[in-house]
Amino acid sequence: MKLSLVWAFSAAGAVWWLVYHQLQPGASWLTSSVFRLDRKTHLGSAVEFFLFEVPKVLMLLMLVVFGVGIVRSFFTPARTRAMLAGRRESVGNVLAALLGVVTPFCSCSAVPLFIGFVTTGVPLGVTLSFLISAPMVNEVALVLLFGLFGWQVAAIYAGMGLAIAIVAGWTIGRLKLERFVEPWVYATQLGADSEHEDALSWGDRLSAGKEAVRDIVGRVWPFVLAGIAVGAGIHGYVPENFMASIMGKSAWWSVPLAVLIGVPMYSNAAGIIPVVQALLGKGAALGTVLAFMMSVIGLSLPETIILRKVLMPQLIAVFVGVVAIGILIVGYIFNLIM
Amino acid sequence: MVNITVYGPGCAKCKETEKRVRHVLEQSGVEATVIHATDFAEMAKAGILMTPAVAVNGVVKSKGRVPSEDDIRSWLS
Repeated sequence: MKLSLVWAFSAAGAVWWLVYHQLQPGASWLTSSVFRLDRKTHLGSAVEFFLFEVPKVLMLLMLVVFGVGIVRSFFTPARTRAMLAGRRESVGNVLAALLGVVTPFCSCSAVPLFIGFVTTGVPLGVTLSFLISAPMVNEVALVLLFGLFGWQVAAIYAGMGLAIAIVAGWTIGRLKLERFVEPWVYATQLGADSEHEDALSWGDRLSAGKEAVRDIVGRVWPFVLAGIAVGAGIHGYVPENFMASIMGKSAWWSVPLAVLIGVPMYSNAAGIIPVVQALLGKGAALGTVLAFMMSVIGLSLPETIILRKVLMPQLIAVFVGVVAIGILIVGYIFNLIM
Repeated sequence: MVNITVYGPGCAKCKETEKRVRHVLEQSGVEATVIHATDFAEMAKAGILMTPAVAVNGVVKSKGRVPSEDDIRSWLS
């Protein structure tokens, strides 16, 4: 790797660190000295929340997306498929869920990936483990959870997301539902992976990281802004413990309700997590909130519509049902132990 | 005559890719036909796992990303 490149990235890292540690005092100063708001009032506390969280979340996002962009340059879908083909089911489900986290994925690629996997001998359940974990356990969700709640919640979310992907995929494999895959899928002759894979240099990998930042942060920043604005409103105006009666632990029906509302909703992690943070701050139970978030991010109407091209309605119903039940169980377990 | 195929189920990135391809063609004056393939079976036949993908004369040049106009230009020369 070129030395100048190393210097440039080290300098950028140092600047990042310095700026990041000035955000809280900066937000307080802007709120009280520039906008002349009392930080104890509703408006003042909402404004300060917004001014602190927006740059914080965006900076964390840039850092992690950059790192993940580099990691992902080592994993391509073709390589992931090669690692999964012919695996035994249980081991395959675990591996598929883990690879779902690091393999580059966008929901519009779900169908080509599905066809490419099942026609080359990756079992149906293993393929679905991959398709559940890839959108649910992603870097944007983890950054936001880490930034807003700390590493414990981020780790819990990642662990539970992986567990759902593994168990749901394994269960669907046991049910032997291959007959509910559209018949043309298995009849498809898969072409050879035609793109030759050049060995990437470190310079290439760094620019892959930069490209990922431009692409992902460029796409999600309006959601972050909108999400934090809603969060700031709740933070400043909704009374403490307001949510406790509706989304608190004692309300047993709140978990299924959260899943029911969350499944058809579609938002990315960036839009939903700041809202979730504000709900949590006002007394909503962690399990209920996690269940809501997982069902919004992990299951979505657009994805099921696109999967309908390769899966028959019966299999889609089982897929959504098994994942939703998994999320439900996670929600209840958390409300019990936390 | 060059044949360019843009593979994608109609997502935003796929449309952006087609737009860039057409823009480069207009600028460079290269004569080419552009097809936007949305059929998943066709993608599978071309060995594509990630969209958007671009093939020039049947050879897949990029997949899973929106190629830059410089990339597209280099495939045409």
